[in-house]
Amino acid sequence: MTMPLLKVDSLTKLFPVQRGLFRKPIEFVHAVDGISFEIGSGQSLGLVGESGCGKSTTGRMLTRLMDATSGQILLADNGNPVDVAHITRDGMRTFRRRVQMIFQDPYESMNPRRTIFDTVAEPLTVQGIGTVTEREEKVADLLRLVGLSPPETFLFRYPHELSGGQRQRIAIARALVINPSFVVADEPTSMLDVSIRISIMDLMLKLGDEFDVSYLYITHDLAVARYMCDRIAVMYLGKIVELAESEELLSNPLHPYTKALLSAVPVPDPSFKRAPVEIKGGIGKAINPPPLCRFIERCPIATDVCHNNDHPPLEDKGGGHYVACYLV
Amino acid sequence: MTDTLAPPSPGVEATLADPLWRVRLRLMRRSLKLNWKLFSANRIGLIGLSIIAIFAAMAIAHPILMATQWSAQIYHPVTGYDAPAVEKLVVEDVTDPLTEIDISTARIQLNPFIDLGDTVSIRSQPAPPTFTGPTPHYLGTDPLGRDVLSQLLYSTRAAFSLGVIAAVVTVFIATAVGSASAYFGGWIDTLLMRFADLILLVPLLPVLIVVSALFNISLPLLGLVIGILSGFGGTAIILKSQALQVKVKPFIDAARIAGGGHVHLIFRHIIPNVLPLSFLYMMFTVTDAISLEATLSFLGLLSIPMSWGIMINVASTQGYLLSGTDYWWLLIPAGLAVSMLAASFFLVGRALDEVVNPRLRHR
Repeated sequence: MTMPLLKVDSLTKLFPVQRGLFRKPIEFVHAVDGISFEIGSGQSLGLVGESGCGKSTTGRMLTRLMDATSGQILLADNGNPVDVAHITRDGMRTFRRRVQMIFQDPYESMNPRRTIFDTVAEPLTVQGIGTVTEREEKVADLLRLVGLSPPETFLFRYPHELSGGQRQRIAIARALVINPSFVVADEPTSMLDVSIRISIMDLMLKLGDEFDVSYLYITHDLAVARYMCDRIAVMYLGKIVELAESEELLSNPLHPYTKALLSAVPVPDPSFKRAPVEIKGGIGKAINPPPLCRFIERCPIATDVCHNNDHPPLEDKGGGHYVACYLV
Repeated sequence: MTDTLAPPSPGVEATLADPLWRVRLRLMRRSLKLNWKLFSANRIGLIGLSIIAIFAAMAIAHPILMATQWSAQIYHPVTGYDAPAVEKLVVEDVTDPLTEIDISTARIQLNPFIDLGDTVSIRSQPAPPTFTGPTPHYLGTDPLGRDVLSQLLYSTRAAFSLGVIAAVVTVFIATAVGSASAYFGGWIDTLLMRFADLILLVPLLPVLIVVSALFNISLPLLGLVIGILSGFGGTAIILKSQALQVKVKPFIDAARIAGGGHVHLIFRHIIPNVLPLSFLYMMFTVTDAISLEATLSFLGLLSIPMSWGIMINVASTQGYLLSGTDYWWLLIPAGLAVSMLAASFFLVGRALDEVVNPRLRHR
């Protein structure tokens, strides 16, 4: 079996919240709790979930902004798996060339005191790629590609002189300037006007094909995930509860949480009567959770099986449709 | 579709053919212009700046006057001597000490055969301002017969150099300490911040008095000491809090993902965003340094030939401090100079605060 571009195995991140005697942590937030998935080359995976379910933490671990508590992240390098957690100094340089990130807030993700050129060329500059002139040309090319042309009018602006959509295009240019193979996009369109969103998403899709980039697309919007991604993983309190091809997941949701999410998607029809949302309460706490299904408190169909067993494993229910539920 | 792909408002025009450094220079000029516009919209800042300009002119004027107009023998601020003759009327009861002299004093000191109603010529020191004669003293002379105006101008240079040394040292240290402390956190942060607390706790003046008793404190050394104390103390804490705000911004994460190391992150991202605040506190340090220097030299603890504090010290030790406004030229010029220069830097700082801190701007 060939190695996929990215293979994540029981990735876990615990944050200590309370410390006891001698600063020994006694309580943990289980932000990400043993999730596993794969992303093939050129593929994109959508990570969907409520705020606080651990999707951004996952993205930060994949880009090594944060170290995992346990679990493994393997990134294929010419077919050989590289363990991201135990990367060497030299390996880190290659890693930074291959994995990039697009941030949510286009107003905060750029240094206000640096020009667009400095911002976009930063990966090239810090890694010492090319001469100044070559970098300038490369940045100009990228700006053209993301639809900011003529590039000369943008190169030496400061971020505050641009609109949110323009800045997000700059962010895309920065992420792609060193030809990465994997990009984590952390809700890149959630802060943009709805009218601008689709153009940014189209741009990401187009450039993703052109540069042969795999995306991990983090979002809370199922429609966005469906538009952008080949597969979608639904997260709840640090666990992946369902993972399937986008169309399959949306047309045939199996997990009660996914069903509830889909029933909450607005329908553009005023006479449409919404089926009552079945789940109750709000999202629970991930601090030292009991060894039960994470969704049990809100689940409308929970039975004795659920109350007597640990969190259900993510199992293939046929055709690559993975669900973590005993009752499916 | 409202995604504005049209080029933004006109700004710096640059083409790819332009060398990068020239574009950067142009950008710098433009941002300077913009900041000047913000600064000059504030009257407080302009007042402060003009006072500073006046003092700068005074500092420059002294060596020029010494070279062209004033002879060193008479006008040198430390070694000069000139006691102009003052005509005084001999009277029984003195009502005005500047124009009258007591008859018994006059008989003992000057001439035993003197009578009431005579006028005597006395070479007096301190002498009030004189505007005529071959050697006019526009601000009079001090109790040792030295020209007050010359002393005042001479001391301006010292005050400026002290302020600049203290400010530059402060900014260097405080920016480095604050940024490092915020960026690295952990034990580096603990160490630096507890040290800052320690410095804040130490009473500055008594310590300087002790230090000056042990060592010979010259003006550059005093600037260095003030700069170090301020740089490791309060200013470092303020800049650290600013650096902490910068540190958690997503662009720091973005730079890290781009592959930037500690040096790149601190020097390219954190410090440029902390620097405006550094400059602001640089102004406040100048104010502190000038007043502190005046205090120390008034107490006679600095080994410098002349300063505004020493001028007041001379007036004090010769017994003219409590004589009210009779000998105003001994106190007011020096006192006013200290207050005005200290205040002017503070005013500039306040105006800079509005440039640096958009929330304070008037809409």
